[in-house]
Amino acid sequence: MIPAAFDYHRPNDLNGVISLLQEHGDDARVIAGGHSLIPLMKLRMAEVPHLIDLQSITELTGIESGSTIRIGAMTTQADIIDNASLASSAPILKEASLQIADPQVRYMGTVGGNVANGDPGNDMPGLMQCLDATFILRGPNGEREVKARDFYHAAYMTEREDDEVMVAVTFDAPKGGYAYEKQKRKIGDYATAAAAVIISKDGSTCKEASIAMTNLSDTPVFCAAASDSLIGTSVSAEDIKNAVSSMIDAIDPAEDNRGPVEFKKHAAAVVLSRAIERAWQRA
Amino acid sequence: MSGKMQIKLKVNGEDHEFLAEPRELLVHALRERLNLTGSHVGCETGHCGVCTVTLNGKSVKSCTMFVAQADGAELTTVEGMGSPDNLHVLQEAFREHHGLQCGYCTPGMIMRAAKLLEEIPNPTEEQVRFGMAGNLCRCTGYQNIVKSIMAAASEMNSAKEAAQ
Repeated sequence: MIPAAFDYHRPNDLNGVISLLQEHGDDARVIAGGHSLIPLMKLRMAEVPHLIDLQSITELTGIESGSTIRIGAMTTQADIIDNASLASSAPILKEASLQIADPQVRYMGTVGGNVANGDPGNDMPGLMQCLDATFILRGPNGEREVKARDFYHAAYMTEREDDEVMVAVTFDAPKGGYAYEKQKRKIGDYATAAAAVIISKDGSTCKEASIAMTNLSDTPVFCAAASDSLIGTSVSAEDIKNAVSSMIDAIDPAEDNRGPVEFKKHAAAVVLSRAIERAWQRA
Repeated sequence: MSGKMQIKLKVNGEDHEFLAEPRELLVHALRERLNLTGSHVGCETGHCGVCTVTLNGKSVKSCTMFVAQADGAELTTVEGMGSPDNLHVLQEAFREHHGLQCGYCTPGMIMRAAKLLEEIPNPTEEQVRFGMAGNLCRCTGYQNIVKSIMAAASEMNSAKEAAQ
């Protein structure tokens, strides 16, 4: 499978990327790891006359972790898995990254590509909503910030403008317990259903909770009602059931080759129950 | 639009330079230009791993990379691992433990396994299975592939100990 012909650009800095995006408009797209875009180009479902490779832009890589965490858009899943400091300040990133695709793909796949692509099957968007992360976008007029919870409009439709580049994600180091639980048909597959959960406790009651779901709607789903329903409870089996039922009201899965709607709701309930239990044990 | 571009690759220690369209896939450049036909073309969609090579120290699927992206890179393919008279430890272990049947997936298996044993020199069986998850085999059921990689790991570790 050979894609349509394109011109290849490999600028050395972000200004170079942005001026190419301005010059070529809809005809240009940036490529990070390429493991979503290249298969689409090979199938000729995407035609990209000007391909702008971000690999030489060093300011897009790197992980700064402390009380606030900043991950450059070109940081790969393999980089996240190998970063000991990040594994201790925000271990949910490693837990989720290990469930993405396979080793070869994780060497190429980036955080920026995963969050910016807008594919409901990607794992990082739901995770970023759970973490209440902020995305940093840079365009011709400089940088702006968009909350992960406001970024996704529909499948492949996001807040990012055509002449903007995803630069980094930032979030406060999460407190308490965490879990990323993913149900998939086989290793390397997108989620049938996945849940990201962060819970902190005060004594034996839940102080804060955040829940987001992956691949159960045309966008990731941050479940505010389900998160709030856990606060102040002892996270008993009954409390988990209530949170799961709020989550089911918030999602809108579609039937596809991963199963009918009822099955997806069932899988969503199972992964969320497991994620809450595991996060609570770790809190 | 879309002229050819000058591509430089260092493959198995040897420098190569050629003109290619940027859309050419890395695996085709390796096979058809450099005549390194050990890297196979399987699913062509990034699932099966038969095209796995090492590029700048990473295991990558060469069917899911344009040759333009690889410009300037250093690669190792299965041809850089061993020769028929002098097999690499992993190749010898696959032979010894019958880690293949039809052999189509084997170059990708060898390349990924070699990188895996750099990442984790002394892996558990579970780590081998998880670390090889990007490579599919439709013949063996994986049992003997895992056995071969475990055997190669222990062989490489004892050689290392002996050297110290």
